[in-house]
Amino acid sequence: MSAKKSHKFYGHGIPRVKPEDLGGKLIVVEGADGSGRSTQIAELVNWLETSGRPTVQVGLKRSTLVSEELEKAQHGNVLSRTTLSLFYATDFADQLGNIIIPALKAGFIVLADRYIYTLMARDLVRGMDEKWLKNLYGIAPVPDAVFYLTVEPEELVQRNLSKNATLDYWESGMDLGLSREVFDSFLKYQGAMGEAFRLLQKTYKFEIVDANRSVGAVNKELRKKISAVLEE
Amino acid sequence: MKTFAEMNFPGRLIAVEGLDGSGKSTQIYLLKRWLEAEGIKVYFSEWNSSELVKSATSKGKKRELLTPTTFSLIHATDFADRYERHLVPLLRAGYIVLCDRYVFTAFARDVTRGCPAEWVRGNYSFACAPDLTMFFKADLEVSLNRILEGRPKLKFFEAGMDLRLSTDPYESFKIFQGRILEQYMAMSKEFNFVVMDANENVEKQQVLVRKLVSEKIDLKKFKRRSPLPLPPSLAGDHLEKEESEDKAA
Repeated sequence: MSAKKSHKFYGHGIPRVKPEDLGGKLIVVEGADGSGRSTQIAELVNWLETSGRPTVQVGLKRSTLVSEELEKAQHGNVLSRTTLSLFYATDFADQLGNIIIPALKAGFIVLADRYIYTLMARDLVRGMDEKWLKNLYGIAPVPDAVFYLTVEPEELVQRNLSKNATLDYWESGMDLGLSREVFDSFLKYQGAMGEAFRLLQKTYKFEIVDANRSVGAVNKELRKKISAVLEE
Repeated sequence: MKTFAEMNFPGRLIAVEGLDGSGKSTQIYLLKRWLEAEGIKVYFSEWNSSELVKSATSKGKKRELLTPTTFSLIHATDFADRYERHLVPLLRAGYIVLCDRYVFTAFARDVTRGCPAEWVRGNYSFACAPDLTMFFKADLEVSLNRILEGRPKLKFFEAGMDLRLSTDPYESFKIFQGRILEQYMAMSKEFNFVVMDANENVEKQQVLVRKLVSEKIDLKKFKRRSPLPLPPSLAGDHLEKEESEDKAA
């Protein structure tokens, strides 16, 4: 890994953090539940650490600041869309300020299990304004690589059911009233999320990885691409 | 930023802004008592009071782990929750909503903490402007004395200690409040603040507040048409009676 330090922010960035102080690498894996995201990240961490590279992991709803409250609020299903959106942004900003930024400054590899794109896609599907979202997430550093694991909604259903025997309320977009039946709602919602991701892809240029394949095949592709990024 | 009136809401929103210790909370409380006594549909909402977000905010403040960005976003979340669940429905139902601090508090504080103004304003751009904003301007010394006399122990974020302006909380508080006041004054014209002389005595200020409100808003339109609903116990009796009548029939 070269010692060259430089990152950019998507927008205004955050107070008192200079992008030129941010070294390390920021690698993002995006994809729906059941796309194999977590499995892939676990494999990547194993690979990176074995080869002597320090890594740190972040993900959604993992901040010390608001993760509990967010969980509680989702159970009660009482949040309106702007509130939910800002709550998630707070969760992201907390991990950004307390984990991502210090780790990048120290030259670590940060692996993000989902990033601002999932948050933006969810909000877009719920009718939030794209310009508003872009301003809000102008605090985010531009990653060195973003991989979007795509799986057909029909295959996602199969994977989720074989794992949990049920479909998650939020991952099915049940709050949107697309259908009263969770199975239909899941398919419609994941289809809409896919479209939102394709819209975001135009601006944010992430790499689309076909995750209908085996874990090993996907991981091989990811390692190859990440190796190239690490040598930059 | 359009006002609720301009957006054709039947209700009206009145906000008070000012530094800690400017006396704005006392003034809006007295305004609320008057409007209630006049039989007007009125609702009061306070900055940083959403039940949902409260525990996260107090945890963040206690552990001193808020950054300027998370400080800003957690308050925006609190505001959004009150805005979407209370303010908007009440304003659509023709209420007069009184807010002790509104988005301008964030515009002033978060920018003082170093957040870019466009970013903060963008985050709050879902909110309409108040139909009347009264800014209570006391001399900085007067506000500081009111706070420092009553509550000798200053909290970390309240004193702006996160900005490392001074290692002495009192000194830090003074510098911090001074900078917030500058931010408020800089946006006063843009957002049509009515600047109130908060050095004046409380009663005189309240006379002026009531005069301003009745000039700006046609209060007759906001009176309750029917008396307040029956308390639950009486309403329950009423239902039971109906039921027994049904049975008799």
